[in-house]
Amino acid sequence: MNRLLGWRAPLLSLVVFLLLIGVWHALTLPKSAAQTVNAEYAALVGAEASTGQKSAFPSPRDVGVKILEHLRDPFYDHGPNDKGIGIQLGFSVARVLLGYLLAALVAIPVGFLIGMSPTVYRALDPYIQVLKPISPLAWMPLALFTLKDSSVSAIFVIFICSLWPMLINTAFGVASVRREWLNVARTLEVGPMRTAFRVILPAAAPTIMTGMRISIGIAWLVIVAAEMLVGGTGIGYFVWNEWNNLSITNILTAILAIGLVGMLLDLMLAKLTKLVTFPE
Amino acid sequence: MSEPLIRIEGISKKFTGRDGAVTTVFEDLYFSIEPGEFVCLIGHSGCGKTTILNVLSGLEQSTSGYVFVGGREVSGPSLDRAVIFQSHALMPWLTVMGNIAFAVSSRWPEWSKEKVRAHCQQYIDLVNLTGAEKKRPAELSGGMKQRVGIARALSIQPKMLLMDEPFSALDALTRGVLQEEVLRICAETRQTVFMITHDVDEAILLADKIVLMTNGPHAKVAEIVVNTMPRSRTRHDLHKHPHYYRIRNHLIDFLVDRSKAFAGDTPDYDPRRPPLVTPGLDPAAAAAQAPVPGTPLAVVG
Repeated sequence: MNRLLGWRAPLLSLVVFLLLIGVWHALTLPKSAAQTVNAEYAALVGAEASTGQKSAFPSPRDVGVKILEHLRDPFYDHGPNDKGIGIQLGFSVARVLLGYLLAALVAIPVGFLIGMSPTVYRALDPYIQVLKPISPLAWMPLALFTLKDSSVSAIFVIFICSLWPMLINTAFGVASVRREWLNVARTLEVGPMRTAFRVILPAAAPTIMTGMRISIGIAWLVIVAAEMLVGGTGIGYFVWNEWNNLSITNILTAILAIGLVGMLLDLMLAKLTKLVTFPE
Repeated sequence: MSEPLIRIEGISKKFTGRDGAVTTVFEDLYFSIEPGEFVCLIGHSGCGKTTILNVLSGLEQSTSGYVFVGGREVSGPSLDRAVIFQSHALMPWLTVMGNIAFAVSSRWPEWSKEKVRAHCQQYIDLVNLTGAEKKRPAELSGGMKQRVGIARALSIQPKMLLMDEPFSALDALTRGVLQEEVLRICAETRQTVFMITHDVDEAILLADKIVLMTNGPHAKVAEIVVNTMPRSRTRHDLHKHPHYYRIRNHLIDFLVDRSKAFAGDTPDYDPRRPPLVTPGLDPAAAAAQAPVPGTPLAVVG
């Protein structure tokens, strides 16, 4: 019975997958009757699509073939406008990690201070409340103007968007450390630094990690948009470039890859969160 | 008389409410604890028992009055006074060994890892937790967690052990076992203990002196009951001793009736010198029970 139950969810997943592919396949089947289309459009999508023998939207088969093609050689580099999807993803992940780590370096110590001191908290709260809801992309022109480098600006945008969840969660985690653990440290005459690292940090670690998990999710969302703006390299640029090439298959492949990498990043953070979380 | 280990002189605690009204939880508390003594404090909830313990530990400050430890005034928490918390307060990210080692390395920062380990092991063995060193608190039962709390407190070899209803969250069987162990450990180490409880039997089993508090607000020390039963008492033969019911009846009588209107029924009461009473030796109390011939009359004022 239990074994049967264990198989039900994956089975249902498979059914949903087949259903999606089936509907997609049905919708992209070639139509028999010849259609008249705009000549310019015909030139763009090719003779087969323009006459209706082939759908303009790629079929699952087309995308599957494209994915295999990308998987066979993900790291080729044929000049600035033709790089493998692996290289593009690598650029994006590197930017995200750099901006994200810089944000962690700032957010965790500052969040610690805010959490420890109600005065600092009250003093900085208005700034946080105003800066937090600003779309990270709104910073882009300012970053481009001041930093004068598109790649650095993209990293700055990642930095600014990962900052807030980490900062707020760290402050909250530190402020809500159980009173009795602090009392244990006090009765043992533990110094402030030792209390911070041996009691408060491990006690707040699960909350801090939750903030870091939210941040990596947001950072991965933002990088695609940021790279579409700054161009050059990265998966966001790849998507935009393929739109200009009108290669829907490549765009679909990239969308799938973005989802998978985002999932992997989230899984990694979830694993790390588990490592620092201890039930009572 | 030599200086007691702990001397409490007229401490009080006042809280100011939201509406500005001042509530005096307790005031004019005077009592002392001699080295090697086991003192229990009993009172109804609301008389500020936990606050008294926090003042003794230095975690909280009294509104007025002084607490002296070994003749020196308490100014804050100290390694001299270890606290066993009601909710054990173990750190869930540390193992049993880790929790105790945190205390030991705080007490003796200069010790090597091996020395800290060996010292911790000694106290893990003392509370019968051998074999559970690598377990985390979540894997332990309530009784085992409290054993770790006891080991952590004892491991820093404090002058004074402060316990805040340490067994109240445990089931009756576990509580009995732990009470006996505390009795054994205190007999072995001659540890001075101040414990808060609301369990009359627990107090009679463990304490040499039982401090009775009147009801709050304005709680005071009503009297101090001397446990006249021998220190070799155990949970099994406790109730067979002739003094047991006299002391028990006296305590219950106090908690049920006298704690409410204490000031009313004792006109010559002075909170600076709460009366020291020995109901265990009192023939009047004995009259209700089987009479014991030849018991001397000894009510010390």
